[in-house]
Amino acid sequence: MTAPLLEVRDLHVSFPGRHEVARAVDGVDLTMRAGEIVALVGESGCGKTTLARTIVGLQRPASGSVLLRGQELAYNRRALRAHHREVQMVFQDPTGALNARQTIYEAVAEGLRVQGIPGDEEQLVAQSLSRAGLRPPERFFARYPYEISGGQRQRVIIAGAMVLAPSLLVADEPVSSLDASVRGEILALMLRLVRETEVAILVVTHDLGLAWNVADRVAVMYLGRIVEQGSTEELLTAPRHPYTRALLSVVPEVAQVEPQILRGEAPDPTRIPSGCRFHPRCPLVASGEAARLGIEDRCRGEDLALAPVAGTGQLAACHAVAASVATSP
Amino acid sequence: MSAEPAAGAPLLTVRDLHVTYRTGAGPIPAVRGVDFDLAVGETLGLAGESGCGKSSLAGALLRLLPRGTDVSGSVLLDGEDVLTMRPGRLRAVRWTEMAIVFQGALHTLNPVQRVGRQIGEAIRLHSPRARGVSARVGELLELVGLPARRAQDYPHQLSGGQRQRVLIGLALACEPRLLIADEPTTALDVMVQAQVLRLLEDLQRELGLAMVFITHDLSTLAAVCRRIAVMYAGRLVEEGPSDAVFDAPAHPYTRALAAAFPVIGDPEFRMKPVGLAGDPPDPRELPSGCPFHPRCPAAVEVCPSVDVSLWPAGPGRRAACVHVPGAPA
Repeated sequence: MTAPLLEVRDLHVSFPGRHEVARAVDGVDLTMRAGEIVALVGESGCGKTTLARTIVGLQRPASGSVLLRGQELAYNRRALRAHHREVQMVFQDPTGALNARQTIYEAVAEGLRVQGIPGDEEQLVAQSLSRAGLRPPERFFARYPYEISGGQRQRVIIAGAMVLAPSLLVADEPVSSLDASVRGEILALMLRLVRETEVAILVVTHDLGLAWNVADRVAVMYLGRIVEQGSTEELLTAPRHPYTRALLSVVPEVAQVEPQILRGEAPDPTRIPSGCRFHPRCPLVASGEAARLGIEDRCRGEDLALAPVAGTGQLAACHAVAASVATSP
Repeated sequence: MSAEPAAGAPLLTVRDLHVTYRTGAGPIPAVRGVDFDLAVGETLGLAGESGCGKSSLAGALLRLLPRGTDVSGSVLLDGEDVLTMRPGRLRAVRWTEMAIVFQGALHTLNPVQRVGRQIGEAIRLHSPRARGVSARVGELLELVGLPARRAQDYPHQLSGGQRQRVLIGLALACEPRLLIADEPTTALDVMVQAQVLRLLEDLQRELGLAMVFITHDLSTLAAVCRRIAVMYAGRLVEEGPSDAVFDAPAHPYTRALAAAFPVIGDPEFRMKPVGLAGDPPDPRELPSGCPFHPRCPAAVEVCPSVDVSLWPAGPGRRAACVHVPGAPA
């Protein structure tokens, strides 16, 4: 069996503060295949952007590893340069990510020059712009970022990433700064790129609708951990983890269910609760359901990892899910 | 007998409202003739993308636009035109009759003043002899779901969601009958967004507040507002009961906007992101005829030359499109 395209093993990333340490990524395992779109969803502060940056190599892990085709990423200059040829990042705000004084041509050609890619530069730039939907590409060569629209800027960013023919794109909220009517076009472009080039895309987003639109699989992150993972169809139509359920219930498009509005904001990675990290906000604990199932002590005291949910292809880290599977016939 | 307003009597009547910014580069028509009514206690959702004029419209309702901006038409609040009020009367009407909540709660609050004092100041400004101001501040904070002791906090000690609650409390300080909410949840996380939306819904019901809720997110509106108006290039292009507008849009632009928010679980949206080609138009260079025609999937021959105004399109509905039966083409 060949190694998967990307493998993240027990990854930890922490940021030391003056008094405490923020465990932004606190033990994540994740695998991706070529040509797959995985949506990494969660609230702000859950660690999803830190995880993405560590996969790209912009952030060094405290422990654990990132493997590309079975090869562990060493976080030194040489290894990172080789890594960036294969793994490219697309940022949220295309305006901030482009140099205002650089033409579109220069912006797209930059990666080729940094990597010292041989070949006809102009042709590669034209090809990449055209593939990103900026046609005819020559018309965009001499233009500056302020001369084009926000949607076109995001296409330029994508063209700049794709010009290296990477095998993995990591896109952090790639459409959240765009107008609703433009968003769909960029998502459609991502689907087309996957079809045409076999690139895999990890989309970091807070938007579950986006996941339904483009992702093959979804991973839900809470306070530094992935708490549920599965195929998009299964996970979004039959979520198991109470956190995923709550997230889905407040999406206005899923109006059929009674919204479970969790109290408070996403908690603090410098103070990760003991036991299941979700238990202080968990509706099952608050409603007494966990006590009725006889698992409340475990919810409060026993940390747990992702485990397969019997009868499904999903993984979930929840004592109640484990208990209900164990007790059901 | 007391003179109760007749049921459905309009609290706010907006007629032929135009807002034009004067700039060195020539006039920018941001709002180009908007009409709508709002009854006592009613909620109207105003949807549109960046640059469509929705925030200019909100600013015009309270006369908060920069000096030198041309505003014409009428904004009748209980029959009295806000646009021609004397400054003293306008000051009295703002806060006590209508108030506004903006997005980006961080910039609206004074960072070096305790939030309780800021709310207290708003109360004193409008009734200088008010008594029991601090008790009233506590009440307001509790009304928006914060403990009264939070009055002692500075804005930076509060989270984004808490600051947005403070702003809502501030807007309600003088018991207005009309609340204009301009993207009040945009910068917030999904779960916190749901909390703030729930709060606005509760306040609207408990206090009988009329509300104009402005956002780019059509799906949020459908959940909160009974009626929706959709704005494009400075005009309303569709208006009607939210369910009807969301489920069966009469205008192709509304249809595209609704499709941009996929229904999770609906196979129609699975792996099929929908967007519109092109970008929202520059108000300085509006296309001829119907300003939506260059992006419209349903455009026909007459569209570049005919600018249809809002036309009856079913019970309580209006739409500005040649495809509306009976519309003058």
